[in-house]
Amino acid sequence: MPFDLLPPLLGGAVVTLALTFTSAGLALILALGAGLGRLSRWRAVRTVAAVYVEVFRGSSLLVQLFYFFFVLPLIGIRLPPFATGVLSLSLNIGAYGSEIVRAAVQSVDPGQREAAIALNMPTGLALRRIILPQAFVAMLPPFGNLLVELLKSTSLVSLITLTELSFAGRQLVQQQGRVSEVYLLVLLLYLLMAYPLTRGMRLVERWMARRVGVGAGS
Amino acid sequence: MRFDLDYAAEITPLLLRATITTFEATIGGMALALIVGLLIAIVRIAAPPPIARLAGIYVEFVRSTPLLIQLFFLFYVLPRYGVSTTPLVTGILALGLHYSSYTAEVYRAGIRGVPTGQWEAAIALNFSLSRTWTRIILPQAIPPIIPPLGNYLVAMFKDTPLLATITVSELLGTALSEAGRTYRYFEPLTIVGLIFLLLSYPSAILIKRLERRLVTQH
Repeated sequence: MPFDLLPPLLGGAVVTLALTFTSAGLALILALGAGLGRLSRWRAVRTVAAVYVEVFRGSSLLVQLFYFFFVLPLIGIRLPPFATGVLSLSLNIGAYGSEIVRAAVQSVDPGQREAAIALNMPTGLALRRIILPQAFVAMLPPFGNLLVELLKSTSLVSLITLTELSFAGRQLVQQQGRVSEVYLLVLLLYLLMAYPLTRGMRLVERWMARRVGVGAGS
Repeated sequence: MRFDLDYAAEITPLLLRATITTFEATIGGMALALIVGLLIAIVRIAAPPPIARLAGIYVEFVRSTPLLIQLFFLFYVLPRYGVSTTPLVTGILALGLHYSSYTAEVYRAGIRGVPTGQWEAAIALNFSLSRTWTRIILPQAIPPIIPPLGNYLVAMFKDTPLLATITVSELLGTALSEAGRTYRYFEPLTIVGLIFLLLSYPSAILIKRLERRLVTQH
Protein backbone atom coordinates (compact mmCIF):
# COMPACT_ATOMS: atom_id res chain seq x y z
CA MET A 1 0.00 0.00 0.00
CA PRO A 2 1.26 3.46 -0.87
CA PHE A 3 1.22 4.81 2.67
CA ASP A 4 3.47 7.74 1.84
CA LEU A 5 0.52 9.25 -0.04
CA LEU A 6 -1.78 9.17 2.97
CA PRO A 7 -0.71 12.22 5.07
CA PRO A 8 -1.48 14.90 2.45
CA LEU A 9 -4.72 13.12 1.51
CA LEU A 10 -5.84 12.85 5.14
CA GLY A 11 -5.17 16.57 5.54
CA GLY A 12 -7.45 17.15 2.57
CA ALA A 13 -10.08 14.80 3.99
CA VAL A 14 -10.29 16.93 7.16
CA VAL A 15 -11.09 19.99 5.02
CA THR A 16 -13.67 17.92 3.11
CA LEU A 17 -15.39 16.98 6.38
CA ALA A 18 -15.30 20.58 7.63
CA LEU A 19 -16.85 21.70 4.35
CA THR A 20 -19.49 18.95 4.55
CA PHE A 21 -20.62 19.68 8.10
CA THR A 22 -20.56 23.47 7.81
CA SER A 23 -22.62 23.31 4.62
CA ALA A 24 -24.95 20.68 6.12
CA GLY A 25 -25.78 22.97 9.06
CA LEU A 26 -26.53 25.94 6.84
CA ALA A 27 -28.40 23.80 4.33
CA LEU A 28 -30.64 22.43 7.10
CA ILE A 29 -31.63 25.96 8.13
CA LEU A 30 -32.28 26.92 4.49
CA ALA A 31 -34.24 23.72 3.88
CA LEU A 32 -36.49 24.28 6.90
CA GLY A 33 -36.99 27.94 5.99
CA ALA A 34 -37.77 27.31 2.33
CA GLY A 35 -39.74 24.10 2.93
CA LEU A 36 -42.03 25.75 5.50
CA GLY A 37 -42.03 28.94 3.40
CA ARG A 38 -43.58 27.04 0.51
CA LEU A 39 -46.43 25.99 2.81
CA SER A 40 -46.92 29.50 4.19
CA ARG A 41 -50.33 31.13 4.11
CA TRP A 42 -48.81 34.29 2.62
CA ARG A 43 -48.44 34.27 -1.12
CA ALA A 44 -45.31 36.46 -1.12
CA VAL A 45 -43.44 34.04 1.16
CA ARG A 46 -44.52 31.09 -0.97
CA THR A 47 -43.28 32.82 -4.14
CA VAL A 48 -39.89 33.78 -2.70
CA ALA A 49 -39.34 30.24 -1.42
CA ALA A 50 -40.43 28.68 -4.72
CA VAL A 51 -38.14 30.92 -6.79
CA TYR A 52 -35.18 30.13 -4.54
CA VAL A 53 -35.82 26.39 -4.68
CA GLU A 54 -36.43 26.17 -8.43
CA VAL A 55 -33.46 28.37 -9.37
CA PHE A 56 -31.00 26.41 -7.25
CA ARG A 57 -32.40 23.02 -8.16
CA GLY A 58 -32.77 23.88 -11.81
CA SER A 59 -29.30 25.17 -12.62
CA SER A 60 -26.29 23.00 -12.11
CA LEU A 61 -24.27 23.09 -8.86
CA LEU A 62 -20.97 23.49 -10.71
CA VAL A 63 -22.37 26.45 -12.65
CA GLN A 64 -23.53 28.01 -9.37
CA LEU A 65 -20.12 27.48 -7.82
CA PHE A 66 -18.31 29.18 -10.71
CA TYR A 67 -20.94 31.89 -10.71
CA PHE A 68 -20.24 32.74 -7.07
CA PHE A 69 -16.49 32.38 -7.60
CA PHE A 70 -16.25 34.68 -10.62
CA VAL A 71 -19.25 37.00 -10.37
CA LEU A 72 -19.34 37.89 -6.65
CA PRO A 73 -15.91 39.62 -6.80
CA LEU A 74 -17.24 41.71 -9.72
CA ILE A 75 -19.82 43.25 -7.38
CA GLY A 76 -17.22 43.79 -4.70
CA ILE A 77 -17.83 40.69 -2.56
CA ARG A 78 -14.57 38.83 -2.05
CA LEU A 79 -14.90 35.55 -0.20
CA PRO A 80 -12.19 32.97 0.45
CA PRO A 81 -12.68 29.68 -1.50
CA PHE A 82 -13.93 27.87 1.63
CA ALA A 83 -16.72 30.40 2.18
CA THR A 84 -17.61 30.41 -1.53
CA GLY A 85 -17.83 26.61 -1.37
CA VAL A 86 -20.00 26.62 1.75
CA LEU A 87 -22.26 29.28 0.24
CA SER A 88 -22.95 27.45 -3.01
CA LEU A 89 -23.14 23.97 -1.46
CA SER A 90 -25.57 25.01 1.25
CA LEU A 91 -27.77 27.01 -1.12
CA ASN A 92 -27.91 24.08 -3.56
CA ILE A 93 -28.40 21.29 -1.02
CA GLY A 94 -30.81 23.49 0.97
CA ALA A 95 -33.02 23.78 -2.11
CA TYR A 96 -33.16 19.99 -2.47
CA GLY A 97 -33.69 19.63 1.29
CA SER A 98 -36.64 22.01 1.26
CA GLU A 99 -38.57 19.56 -0.93
CA ILE A 100 -37.95 16.87 1.70
CA VAL A 101 -39.20 19.20 4.44
CA ARG A 102 -42.28 20.12 2.44
CA ALA A 103 -43.17 16.51 1.65
CA ALA A 104 -42.58 15.43 5.26
CA VAL A 105 -44.75 18.20 6.75
CA GLN A 106 -47.52 17.37 4.29
CA SER A 107 -47.27 13.70 5.20
CA VAL A 108 -48.20 14.35 8.84
CA ASP A 109 -51.75 13.15 9.48
CA PRO A 110 -54.12 16.16 9.07
CA GLY A 111 -55.90 14.99 12.25
CA GLN A 112 -52.83 16.09 14.21
CA ARG A 113 -53.17 19.67 13.01
CA GLU A 114 -56.93 19.59 13.58
CA ALA A 115 -56.40 18.34 17.12
CA ALA A 116 -53.94 21.17 17.78
CA ILE A 117 -56.48 23.70 16.51
CA ALA A 118 -59.21 22.09 18.60
CA LEU A 119 -56.97 22.43 21.66
CA ASN A 120 -56.57 26.12 20.83
CA MET A 121 -52.85 25.83 20.28
CA PRO A 122 -51.16 28.79 18.56
CA THR A 123 -49.85 27.91 15.07
CA GLY A 124 -46.19 28.33 16.00
CA LEU A 125 -46.48 26.11 19.06
CA ALA A 126 -48.41 23.45 17.10
CA LEU A 127 -45.69 23.50 14.45
CA ARG A 128 -42.90 23.15 16.99
CA ARG A 129 -44.48 20.64 19.33
CA ILE A 130 -46.83 18.62 17.14
CA ILE A 131 -46.09 18.84 13.41
CA LEU A 132 -42.29 19.16 13.12
CA PRO A 133 -41.29 16.34 15.51
CA GLN A 134 -43.43 13.89 13.55
CA ALA A 135 -42.36 15.30 10.19
CA PHE A 136 -38.73 15.06 11.29
CA VAL A 137 -38.91 11.27 11.47
CA ALA A 138 -40.02 11.19 7.84
CA MET A 139 -37.29 13.67 6.86
CA LEU A 140 -34.37 11.74 8.29
CA PRO A 141 -33.91 8.94 5.71
CA PRO A 142 -33.91 11.30 2.69
CA PHE A 143 -31.74 13.75 4.66
CA GLY A 144 -29.22 10.92 5.13
CA ASN A 145 -29.05 10.37 1.37
CA LEU A 146 -28.70 14.11 0.81
CA LEU A 147 -25.83 14.27 3.31
CA VAL A 148 -23.90 11.69 1.25
CA GLU A 149 -24.71 13.68 -1.90
CA LEU A 150 -23.33 16.77 -0.15
CA LEU A 151 -20.15 14.95 0.85
CA LYS A 152 -19.64 13.90 -2.78
CA SER A 153 -20.44 17.39 -4.05
CA THR A 154 -17.72 18.97 -1.90
CA SER A 155 -15.23 17.52 -4.42
CA LEU A 156 -16.37 20.21 -6.86
CA VAL A 157 -14.98 22.92 -4.58
CA SER A 158 -11.49 21.64 -5.53
CA LEU A 159 -12.13 23.32 -8.89
CA ILE A 160 -12.13 26.75 -7.22
CA THR A 161 -8.72 26.06 -5.65
CA LEU A 162 -9.72 24.89 -2.16
CA THR A 163 -7.26 22.26 -0.92
CA GLU A 164 -9.70 19.55 0.14
CA LEU A 165 -9.39 15.84 -0.59
CA SER A 166 -9.82 15.99 -4.38
CA PHE A 167 -7.45 18.93 -4.71
CA ALA A 168 -4.85 17.20 -2.53
CA GLY A 169 -5.19 14.19 -4.84
CA ARG A 170 -4.68 16.30 -7.94
CA GLN A 171 -1.60 17.96 -6.39
CA LEU A 172 -0.10 14.56 -5.61
CA VAL A 173 -0.70 13.41 -9.18
CA GLN A 174 1.04 16.50 -10.49
CA GLN A 175 4.01 16.02 -8.17
CA GLN A 176 4.47 12.27 -8.38
CA GLY A 177 2.53 10.83 -11.34
CA ARG A 178 1.11 7.63 -9.73
CA VAL A 179 -2.35 8.39 -11.08
CA SER A 180 -4.12 5.11 -10.35
CA GLU A 181 -2.79 4.77 -6.80
CA VAL A 182 -3.68 8.34 -5.84
CA TYR A 183 -7.19 8.35 -7.29
CA LEU A 184 -8.01 4.90 -5.92
CA LEU A 185 -6.94 6.10 -2.47
CA VAL A 186 -9.02 9.26 -2.87
CA LEU A 187 -12.07 7.18 -3.86
CA LEU A 188 -11.52 4.88 -0.87
CA LEU A 189 -11.27 7.83 1.51
CA TYR A 190 -14.59 9.21 0.24
CA LEU A 191 -16.13 5.77 0.75
CA LEU A 192 -14.71 5.64 4.27
CA MET A 193 -16.31 8.99 5.06
CA ALA A 194 -19.65 8.17 3.42
CA TYR A 195 -20.10 4.84 5.19
CA PRO A 196 -20.17 6.15 8.81
CA LEU A 197 -22.46 8.98 7.67
CA THR A 198 -24.95 6.44 6.33
CA ARG A 199 -24.69 4.26 9.44
CA GLY A 200 -24.83 7.26 11.77
CA MET A 201 -27.95 8.62 10.12
CA ARG A 202 -29.61 5.22 10.46
CA LEU A 203 -28.92 5.26 14.22
CA VAL A 204 -30.37 8.77 14.50
CA GLU A 205 -33.43 7.61 12.55
CA ARG A 206 -34.07 4.75 14.93
CA TRP A 207 -33.53 6.96 17.98
CA MET A 208 -35.88 9.67 16.69
CA ALA A 209 -38.54 7.15 15.72
CA ARG A 210 -38.47 5.72 19.24
CA ARG A 211 -38.60 9.18 20.85
CA VAL A 212 -41.50 10.44 18.78
CA GLY A 213 -43.19 7.04 18.71
CA VAL A 214 -44.21 7.11 15.05
CA GLY A 215 -42.89 5.37 11.98
CA ALA A 216 -40.78 3.06 14.15
CA GLY A 217 -38.86 0.62 12.02
CA SER A 218 -40.27 1.96 8.77
CA MET B 1 -21.51 46.02 -13.13
CA ARG B 2 -24.25 45.76 -15.73
CA PHE B 3 -25.37 43.00 -18.00
CA ASP B 4 -24.03 43.81 -21.49
CA LEU B 5 -26.80 42.72 -23.85
CA ASP B 6 -24.69 43.17 -27.00
CA TYR B 7 -21.99 40.91 -25.63
CA ALA B 8 -24.63 38.42 -24.46
CA ALA B 9 -26.18 38.35 -27.94
CA GLU B 10 -22.74 37.86 -29.45
CA ILE B 11 -21.90 34.76 -27.41
CA THR B 12 -25.35 33.15 -27.30
CA PRO B 13 -24.99 31.29 -30.66
CA LEU B 14 -21.68 29.87 -29.46
CA LEU B 15 -23.27 28.65 -26.22
CA LEU B 16 -26.30 27.22 -27.99
CA ARG B 17 -23.95 25.22 -30.20
CA ALA B 18 -22.19 23.93 -27.07
CA THR B 19 -25.59 22.83 -25.76
CA ILE B 20 -25.55 20.14 -28.46
CA THR B 21 -22.46 18.59 -26.85
CA THR B 22 -24.22 18.78 -23.48
CA PHE B 23 -27.15 16.90 -25.00
CA GLU B 24 -24.86 14.29 -26.55
CA ALA B 25 -23.24 13.67 -23.18
CA THR B 26 -26.63 13.43 -21.43
CA ILE B 27 -28.22 11.10 -23.98
CA GLY B 28 -25.12 8.88 -24.26
CA GLY B 29 -24.71 8.73 -20.50
CA MET B 30 -28.37 7.95 -19.89
CA ALA B 31 -28.45 5.19 -22.54
CA LEU B 32 -25.47 3.57 -20.84
CA ALA B 33 -26.97 4.03 -17.37
CA LEU B 34 -30.27 2.46 -18.47
CA ILE B 35 -28.57 -0.62 -19.92
CA VAL B 36 -25.90 -1.16 -17.24
CA GLY B 37 -28.35 -0.37 -14.46
CA LEU B 38 -30.80 -2.99 -15.71
CA LEU B 39 -28.05 -5.61 -15.98
CA ILE B 40 -26.88 -4.87 -12.43
CA ALA B 41 -30.44 -5.06 -11.10
CA ILE B 42 -31.01 -8.43 -12.77
CA VAL B 43 -27.69 -9.75 -11.43
CA ARG B 44 -28.57 -8.54 -7.92
CA ILE B 45 -31.92 -10.32 -8.03
CA ALA B 46 -31.26 -13.45 -10.08
CA ALA B 47 -27.54 -14.29 -9.91
CA PRO B 48 -26.01 -16.69 -7.34
CA PRO B 49 -25.45 -14.96 -3.98
CA PRO B 50 -21.68 -14.28 -4.26
CA ILE B 51 -22.07 -12.55 -7.63
CA ALA B 52 -25.18 -10.69 -6.50
CA ARG B 53 -23.22 -9.55 -3.44
CA LEU B 54 -20.39 -8.28 -5.66
CA ALA B 55 -22.86 -6.26 -7.73
CA GLY B 56 -24.21 -4.80 -4.47
CA ILE B 57 -20.72 -3.72 -3.43
CA TYR B 58 -20.17 -2.12 -6.85
CA VAL B 59 -23.39 -0.12 -6.48
CA GLU B 60 -22.46 0.99 -2.95
CA PHE B 61 -18.94 2.00 -3.99
CA VAL B 62 -19.95 3.97 -7.08
CA ARG B 63 -22.81 5.71 -5.27
CA SER B 64 -20.66 6.74 -2.31
CA THR B 65 -17.81 8.32 -4.26
CA PRO B 66 -17.79 11.57 -6.23
CA LEU B 67 -18.43 11.60 -9.97
CA LEU B 68 -15.57 14.10 -10.38
CA ILE B 69 -12.95 11.65 -9.11
CA GLN B 70 -14.42 8.78 -11.13
CA LEU B 71 -14.17 11.05 -14.16
CA PHE B 72 -10.52 11.89 -13.44
CA PHE B 73 -9.78 8.25 -12.78
CA LEU B 74 -11.16 7.14 -16.16
CA PHE B 75 -9.60 10.11 -17.95
CA TYR B 76 -6.07 9.56 -16.63
CA VAL B 77 -6.00 5.82 -15.99
CA LEU B 78 -7.72 4.36 -19.09
CA PRO B 79 -5.01 5.62 -21.52
CA ARG B 80 -2.39 3.83 -19.39
CA TYR B 81 -4.04 0.55 -20.25
CA GLY B 82 -4.09 1.37 -23.93
CA VAL B 83 -7.73 2.48 -24.01
CA SER B 84 -7.69 5.80 -25.81
CA THR B 85 -10.95 7.56 -26.58
CA THR B 86 -12.08 11.14 -26.91
CA PRO B 87 -12.78 13.13 -23.74
CA LEU B 88 -16.48 13.16 -24.61
CA VAL B 89 -16.61 9.35 -24.74
CA THR B 90 -14.74 9.15 -21.42
CA GLY B 91 -17.25 11.61 -20.00
CA ILE B 92 -20.20 9.56 -21.27
CA LEU B 93 -18.63 6.45 -19.78
CA ALA B 94 -18.20 8.13 -16.37
CA LEU B 95 -21.72 9.60 -16.35
CA GLY B 96 -23.23 6.29 -17.48
CA LEU B 97 -21.39 4.16 -14.93
CA HIS B 98 -22.00 6.60 -12.08
CA TYR B 99 -25.73 6.83 -12.76
CA SER B 100 -26.02 3.08 -13.41
CA SER B 101 -25.61 2.64 -9.66
CA TYR B 102 -28.69 4.79 -9.15
CA THR B 103 -30.78 3.33 -11.98
CA ALA B 104 -29.93 -0.19 -10.76
CA GLU B 105 -31.67 0.57 -7.46
CA VAL B 106 -34.67 2.02 -9.27
CA TYR B 107 -34.99 -1.04 -11.51
CA ARG B 108 -34.62 -3.30 -8.49
CA ALA B 109 -37.49 -1.55 -6.72
CA GLY B 110 -39.57 -1.87 -9.90
CA ILE B 111 -38.85 -5.59 -10.27
CA ARG B 112 -39.54 -6.21 -6.57
CA GLY B 113 -42.87 -4.47 -7.06
CA VAL B 114 -44.09 -7.16 -9.47
CA PRO B 115 -46.31 -9.53 -7.44
CA THR B 116 -44.84 -13.00 -6.73
CA GLY B 117 -47.92 -14.54 -8.35
CA GLN B 118 -46.63 -13.34 -11.72
CA TRP B 119 -43.43 -15.35 -11.26
CA GLU B 120 -45.38 -18.39 -10.13
CA ALA B 121 -47.77 -18.11 -13.07
CA ALA B 122 -44.83 -17.95 -15.49
CA ILE B 123 -43.38 -21.11 -13.93
CA ALA B 124 -46.77 -22.83 -14.00
CA LEU B 125 -47.11 -22.02 -17.70
CA ASN B 126 -43.64 -23.45 -18.29
CA PHE B 127 -42.21 -20.17 -19.59
CA SER B 128 -38.46 -20.13 -20.11
CA LEU B 129 -36.46 -17.85 -17.83
CA SER B 130 -35.65 -15.33 -20.56
CA ARG B 131 -39.28 -15.28 -21.68
CA THR B 132 -40.44 -14.73 -18.09
CA TRP B 133 -38.16 -11.71 -17.79
CA THR B 134 -38.81 -10.10 -21.16
CA ARG B 135 -42.53 -10.82 -21.51
CA ILE B 136 -43.85 -10.94 -17.95
CA ILE B 137 -41.61 -9.22 -15.38
CA LEU B 138 -39.98 -6.27 -17.15
CA PRO B 139 -43.11 -5.03 -18.98
CA GLN B 140 -44.77 -4.71 -15.56
CA ALA B 141 -41.71 -3.48 -13.68
CA ILE B 142 -40.65 -0.64 -15.95
CA PRO B 143 -43.68 1.66 -16.49
CA PRO B 144 -44.04 2.64 -12.79
CA ILE B 145 -40.34 3.55 -12.56
CA ILE B 146 -40.27 5.88 -15.56
CA PRO B 147 -40.68 9.03 -13.38
CA PRO B 148 -37.71 8.24 -11.07
CA LEU B 149 -35.62 7.34 -14.11
CA GLY B 150 -36.65 10.68 -15.60
CA ASN B 151 -35.49 12.45 -12.46
CA TYR B 152 -32.07 10.86 -12.86
CA LEU B 153 -32.01 11.98 -16.50
CA VAL B 154 -32.47 15.58 -15.34
CA ALA B 155 -29.89 15.10 -12.57
CA MET B 156 -27.39 13.75 -15.09
CA PHE B 157 -28.06 16.69 -17.40
CA LYS B 158 -27.10 19.00 -14.53
CA ASP B 159 -23.92 16.97 -13.90
CA THR B 160 -22.64 17.33 -17.47
CA PRO B 161 -20.73 20.58 -16.66
CA LEU B 162 -18.25 18.34 -14.82
CA LEU B 163 -17.03 17.18 -18.22
CA ALA B 164 -15.54 20.65 -18.68
CA THR B 165 -12.78 19.53 -16.29
CA ILE B 166 -11.61 16.90 -18.80
CA THR B 167 -11.57 19.41 -21.70
CA VAL B 168 -14.99 18.61 -23.18
CA SER B 169 -16.38 21.80 -24.77
CA GLU B 170 -19.87 21.51 -23.41
CA LEU B 171 -21.86 24.48 -22.09
CA LEU B 172 -19.79 25.40 -19.04
CA GLY B 173 -16.46 24.60 -20.68
CA THR B 174 -17.28 26.81 -23.65
CA ALA B 175 -18.50 29.62 -21.38
CA LEU B 176 -15.36 29.47 -19.24
CA SER B 177 -12.98 29.49 -22.19
CA GLU B 178 -14.91 32.39 -23.72
CA ALA B 179 -14.83 34.23 -20.38
CA GLY B 180 -11.12 33.52 -20.05
CA ARG B 181 -10.53 35.10 -23.44
CA THR B 182 -12.45 38.32 -22.84
CA TYR B 183 -12.20 38.27 -19.04
CA ARG B 184 -15.93 38.86 -18.78
CA TYR B 185 -17.55 36.22 -16.60
CA PHE B 186 -20.91 37.75 -15.77
CA GLU B 187 -22.68 37.34 -19.14
CA PRO B 188 -21.46 33.85 -20.19
CA LEU B 189 -22.09 32.27 -16.77
CA THR B 190 -25.51 33.90 -16.46
CA ILE B 191 -26.54 32.57 -19.87
CA VAL B 192 -25.30 29.07 -19.00
CA GLY B 193 -27.28 29.11 -15.75
CA LEU B 194 -30.38 30.28 -17.61
CA ILE B 195 -30.05 27.59 -20.29
CA PHE B 196 -29.85 24.91 -17.59
CA LEU B 197 -32.81 26.38 -15.76
CA LEU B 198 -34.94 26.74 -18.90
CA LEU B 199 -34.32 23.12 -19.88
CA SER B 200 -34.44 21.33 -16.54
CA TYR B 201 -37.37 23.14 -14.88
CA PRO B 202 -39.96 22.20 -17.56
CA SER B 203 -38.59 18.64 -17.63
CA ALA B 204 -39.02 18.36 -13.88
CA ILE B 205 -42.62 19.58 -14.14
CA LEU B 206 -43.30 17.11 -16.94
CA ILE B 207 -41.96 14.23 -14.83
CA LYS B 208 -44.06 15.30 -11.86
CA ARG B 209 -47.15 15.30 -14.04
CA LEU B 210 -46.29 11.85 -15.39
CA GLU B 211 -45.84 10.63 -11.84
CA ARG B 212 -49.25 11.92 -10.79
CA ARG B 213 -50.89 10.25 -13.78
CA LEU B 214 -49.26 6.93 -12.96
CA VAL B 215 -50.35 7.17 -9.32
CA THR B 216 -53.98 7.82 -10.24
CA GLN B 217 -53.94 4.90 -12.67
CA HIS B 218 -53.16 2.39 -9.95
